[in-house]
Amino acid sequence: MDLLSNSVVDFLDNYIYYIGAFGLVFIGLLIILIKRNLIKVIIGLSILETGVNLFLISVGYIKQGTAPIFSKPGLDSAIMVDPVPQALVLTAIVIGVAILALALSMAIRLYRHYGTLNLRKIKEQRW
Amino acid sequence: MRIIISILLLVIIALGITLSLVIIPFNESTTQVGEYYIDNGVEETGATNIVTSVVVNYRGFDTLGEVTILFIAAVGLGAVLATSKKSKAGKKKIEPASLVVYTGCRFLFPLIILFGLYVLIHGHLSPGGGFQGGAIIASAFVLIYMGCREKRPAMVLTKVIESIGGLVFIIVGLIGLGIGGYFLLNFLPGGVPNTLLSAGIIPIIYIAIGFKVGSELTGVIDNLIEESE
Repeated sequence: MDLLSNSVVDFLDNYIYYIGAFGLVFIGLLIILIKRNLIKVIIGLSILETGVNLFLISVGYIKQGTAPIFSKPGLDSAIMVDPVPQALVLTAIVIGVAILALALSMAIRLYRHYGTLNLRKIKEQRW
Repeated sequence: MRIIISILLLVIIALGITLSLVIIPFNESTTQVGEYYIDNGVEETGATNIVTSVVVNYRGFDTLGEVTILFIAAVGLGAVLATSKKSKAGKKKIEPASLVVYTGCRFLFPLIILFGLYVLIHGHLSPGGGFQGGAIIASAFVLIYMGCREKRPAMVLTKVIESIGGLVFIIVGLIGLGIGGYFLLNFLPGGVPNTLLSAGIIPIIYIAIGFKVGSELTGVIDNLIEESE
């Protein structure tokens, strides 16, 4: 019993960020695939993007690591987390904002044109 | 039927990802390039925040592309929404916000702007930087749109600030090209790390990015709110 709980803790310790990140990705994908309201699809897109960002950040994470900032002398550089994924995610967040804004403007135009946000009722958007 | 197909598809994708991720070690090693940045970043750029030195100095050209993407998205949003603006008949009268919201937004607006400026000026020393500070400044303008609509900024002004921010970025990069032979060369002295006036061109570029991002996001918010009226 003790061994089992130990291995479970070990497993969670190693993979909890991956589980969380891909959980968010799959929730987002599922929303995109099954929801009919365009606004909800855009929300799903946003959740998916959050999951991908979390995944990238957690790839660069070190156990008990600190932020890669030398804010005071004497900080150990060996336990600093990888700065490259963080810079990448900074880029990804900004691009995500751009995508969100464009998608929302498209949604506004679609609503103006068809009078509905239900993707089932818009012929060109049905699948 | 659709739901079953979707879930099946997701299960297949999940299996593939799990099989490939199990062999990737987690929370252990940094990449070699990340180690290099941590070991030599402060010496080479003078910025104590390594993420900032990666974003603005080592990968400054990527950041120029990123800023361009944001700019294109803001322009595209304006273009997509612009055609319907003309056909709008009479403008609806906006009901003014209540006294509490009005006073609160007038009280909080300068404080949020101050915090945003702090974050974007100290980008090379502490967590934060141009993108984060710009987003905070834009959030102050969201408050203006919610609380006291008649005090909103003129859109021409945000366009001018946005253009100046972009131009400063490119001109600083071109000066580096003229002096040292490559774009975005850090031609100013690095200075003493952990002081405000250090890290050469990094604070200049990040302040320019901050103003650009702040005014761009304000423009996006303005477009979306105008449309929903």
